[in-house]
Amino acid sequence: MRKTPEIPSASMADIAFMLLIFFITATSMDVDSGLERVLPQMPPENQEQDDTPPIKERNVFSVLLDANNRLMVEGELMRVEYLREKTKEFLTNPNNIESLPETKTTEIPLLGSFEVTKGVISLRNDHGTQYGMYINVQNELVAAVNEVRNELSTRKFGKRYDDLTSEQKEAIRDAIPSRISEAEPKTIGGKK
Amino acid sequence: MSKFKESGKKETPAISTASLPDIVFMLLFFFMVTTTIRDVSLLVKVKTPVATEISKLEKKSLVSYIYVGPPVPKYSKIFGTEPRIQLNDQFAKVSDIPDFILAERAAREEAEIPFMVTSLKVDEFTKMQIVGEIKQELRKAAALHINYSSRKSVPNK
Repeated sequence: MRKTPEIPSASMADIAFMLLIFFITATSMDVDSGLERVLPQMPPENQEQDDTPPIKERNVFSVLLDANNRLMVEGELMRVEYLREKTKEFLTNPNNIESLPETKTTEIPLLGSFEVTKGVISLRNDHGTQYGMYINVQNELVAAVNEVRNELSTRKFGKRYDDLTSEQKEAIRDAIPSRISEAEPKTIGGKK
Repeated sequence: MSKFKESGKKETPAISTASLPDIVFMLLFFFMVTTTIRDVSLLVKVKTPVATEISKLEKKSLVSYIYVGPPVPKYSKIFGTEPRIQLNDQFAKVSDIPDFILAERAAREEAEIPFMVTSLKVDEFTKMQIVGEIKQELRKAAALHINYSSRKSVPNK
């Protein structure tokens, strides 16, 4: 019987190296991540009249950003560092202050009856606002909602929000809705 | 004489290279698995802002990218230094976005369309006007799920 000759494997390493170098150069290791948001649906075109009831003044948390990246919250200038605390106060209204939003008692599975806030965060920016600043403010608002959710879930379930089961998450989301609405931007000052 | 005493002259043995291909293959597989091949070359300079409340984009195949930023030096003579939009491999206007979204949708399976995400890679010094216009176009195209691409910053610095 004839012996089949062995395939030389000496060049295997070279081939593998070539492939390796190709993949190393083609790789981009950065993980894509970012702030996740969902845009509101476009209103249907035939709907001219807005028949939703107006929202009460105390239920609106107005956040304005101007062309010079200044931040105005509820009518007063504010630094971004304080926005998170202020938003949390607005969302929870711990002392039932008149000027902070109303709550509506709602029956939520797993949580029982809960005082759900009626507050809406309204964010409006200028055409000249810098994108970095806008993301900064968005981030603070989302962070405030997340922190409030985390506090509630720690109190009720003894776990962080991220570690909850999907039913528990849903209950927390119902209890602390994230209502951030963005108004149409305006050009108020500064050049385009 | 000791039994263990070696006889003859000592020579350092050559390191065996027989396992070299295995090692290289291991590395190769690692890079092949982690790799996402860059499919566009950036025409605009994008330095995304920092944020803390970020989430990862899970399914990369379902993500469409919109880049906004000032053109890279090579193109700044032709296109200026004002932020521009880049879709796929070319500069685009805001009005091109609905077509881009439709093309992206056509390239995916129908069942996957509801899970598609649009990632906005916008330079942090861009003015909001262009971003606002893009958002309006995305709303018109009903591509509502967006992701403002940003870098992770250390919380409570």
